[in-house]
Amino acid sequence: MAIFLDENSRIIVQGMTGAEGMKHTRRMLLGGSNIVGGVNPRKAGEVVDVEGKHLPVFGTVAEAMKATGANVSVIFVPPAFAKAAMIEAIDAEIPLAVAITEGIPVHDSAVAWAYNVEKGLKTRLIGPNCPGIISPGKSNAGITPSDITGPGPIGLVSKSGTLTYQMMFELRDIGMSTAIGIGGDPVIGTTHIDALAAFEADPETKAIVLIGEIGGDSEEKAAAYIKAHVTKPVVAYVAGFTAPEGKTMGHAGAIVSGSAGTAQAKKEAFEAAGVKVGKTPSETAALMREVYKSL
Amino acid sequence: MDLFEYQARDMFEAHGVPVLQGLIADTPAEVEAAAAKIGGVVVVKAQVKAGGRGKAGGVKVAKSPAEAKELSEKIFGLNIKDHIVKRVMVAQGASIAKEFYFSVLLDRSNRTFLSLCSVEGGMEIEQLAEERPEALAKVPVSATKGIDLAEALSIAKKGGFDDETAAKVAPVFVKLYDVFVKEDATLVEVNPLVLTTDGEIIALDGKVSLDDNAEFRHEREEMERDQLNPLEAKAKAMDLNYVKLDGEVGIIGNGAGLVMSTLDVVAYAGEKHGGVKPANFLDIGGGASAEVMAAGLDVILNDPQVKSVFVNVFGGITACDAVANGIVGALKTLGDKATKPLVVRLDGNNVLEGRYILEQDAHPLVTVVDTMDEAADKAAELANR
Repeated sequence: MAIFLDENSRIIVQGMTGAEGMKHTRRMLLGGSNIVGGVNPRKAGEVVDVEGKHLPVFGTVAEAMKATGANVSVIFVPPAFAKAAMIEAIDAEIPLAVAITEGIPVHDSAVAWAYNVEKGLKTRLIGPNCPGIISPGKSNAGITPSDITGPGPIGLVSKSGTLTYQMMFELRDIGMSTAIGIGGDPVIGTTHIDALAAFEADPETKAIVLIGEIGGDSEEKAAAYIKAHVTKPVVAYVAGFTAPEGKTMGHAGAIVSGSAGTAQAKKEAFEAAGVKVGKTPSETAALMREVYKSL
Repeated sequence: MDLFEYQARDMFEAHGVPVLQGLIADTPAEVEAAAAKIGGVVVVKAQVKAGGRGKAGGVKVAKSPAEAKELSEKIFGLNIKDHIVKRVMVAQGASIAKEFYFSVLLDRSNRTFLSLCSVEGGMEIEQLAEERPEALAKVPVSATKGIDLAEALSIAKKGGFDDETAAKVAPVFVKLYDVFVKEDATLVEVNPLVLTTDGEIIALDGKVSLDDNAEFRHEREEMERDQLNPLEAKAKAMDLNYVKLDGEVGIIGNGAGLVMSTLDVVAYAGEKHGGVKPANFLDIGGGASAEVMAAGLDVILNDPQVKSVFVNVFGGITACDAVANGIVGALKTLGDKATKPLVVRLDGNNVLEGRYILEQDAHPLVTVVDTMDEAADKAAELANR
């Protein structure tokens, strides 16, 4: 099962012919993902050989979908062109679009998201500014290393890329159904709640790790959602207790504004919802290990 | 990036938002000259990015250039919430009949834009929201549709404006939304927006925050920026993502989330070691080359507060052997300048190769530790010696 991405996923890469796009297309292929083509209007009609696979380049997402049956797009285009790329994917109504690009102006993300809502949310957008999504043993759409962990019963949702990798690594003896990095930007397409709802509905997922960080109120909303709707055990981790007010900590969205968005408030919200919160990534993994043993 | 009031004023003017004359001055003599140029009653306003300027004595009305000069002598050097006044704006005086409030901002919680509007302006918006929430209209704004004149009129009505005044403020709302979109702002706030006794609408004081991610598409003239800490300035010049903190353990890591987590883990470990704290946030990103590692180490080792350094890397895309080579290369480049102990924790992709490289190099300052928690403990211990 897994969520959003599985062995039936047929992936195209928007921006495949760029340096980042090519590097990660190769990595995704080596990791076992079914990459079926790329999109670049200036190189439409060309065929690129990657790791023994002949990948056709199309002018648009819609053409690529028609020719290849693609149902997932991974977006690697530079920030200045990312809005157009997201809107093109939404127009083509591709079921899943994963925007890896970091540094997209927030007005562009807000417009792309508003457009997606107006079009009836036919496309699940993940990101931007995220590592993507991996269902180990099935498919990988993004930049997460494919070999950190194998398949297993834990679902992971995280704002941060490297903390996703760290947690997959800590729990590699148990394994994961799906690990999804939702991204560290202020406006993102898939939230903690979206992932929680999908994990709750996924029979393969038995327990959930949620990783949050300072800024915004996604974690507080997730805590309320867990209390009301999630029956599977959830363990949480929040990064940024030592972050000073008013400073952006790497991610555009990771900022404490006044007294809003603090790690402490998020931790308290989780605990009030009955969710155990680890002080460190390893303690969080240990909490999950206990939960797993009791399943 | 938050703008100073005078920068917001100039930006408003450039987009046709009605504002009064305002000139910046950095000395009392410049204040006098500016007041003479504007003529009549002027207001001398401290240019600091902090609220409560009026209460702190940072805003004064003057009837003559001489009085403006005299008053400004007390404003320069004022400490307003830890901001020292170095610059003032001399603004034309206004005869105010009524004060209103308007803002448009990014509402991240709802992934859209939001307009706040009230016919009751002047006081701090947080205070208004708390004391008279019914007087503050919160109107979601579609990022694709924006605020046209009809929408602006509707917002004004919701904010409690009568028909006549709504018709006057609505075109100004449209222009302020122009500022918000065209300048890639995350906040445009006017408080107060005033109706003068002559019946004119004026944006008297403004706050604007700009999206750093969008700077690539704006050619802004040289703009006064926040004064960076010297280490932050050095890091910025080297294109490093660095934030100076008050502590003893220098931190280098890859990925924003992991680095934030590293700071927390070091702070916990510090509780057992004399209360030492993380000295900085530094994310060297995915491609931890020897050059980037050397630049990062250079910044951190130049921080006189730093007693030890914790390099915490999870090899995802970057292989740990490349990171290890980066550390070895950086220490070689720095030579005698590297004087503080380094605790290195590597995990993930090619971790054994990475640790082997560091063991072979056997630099006397470097300690390799297996886990993040143990490494944080070691770094805190070394910082407390």
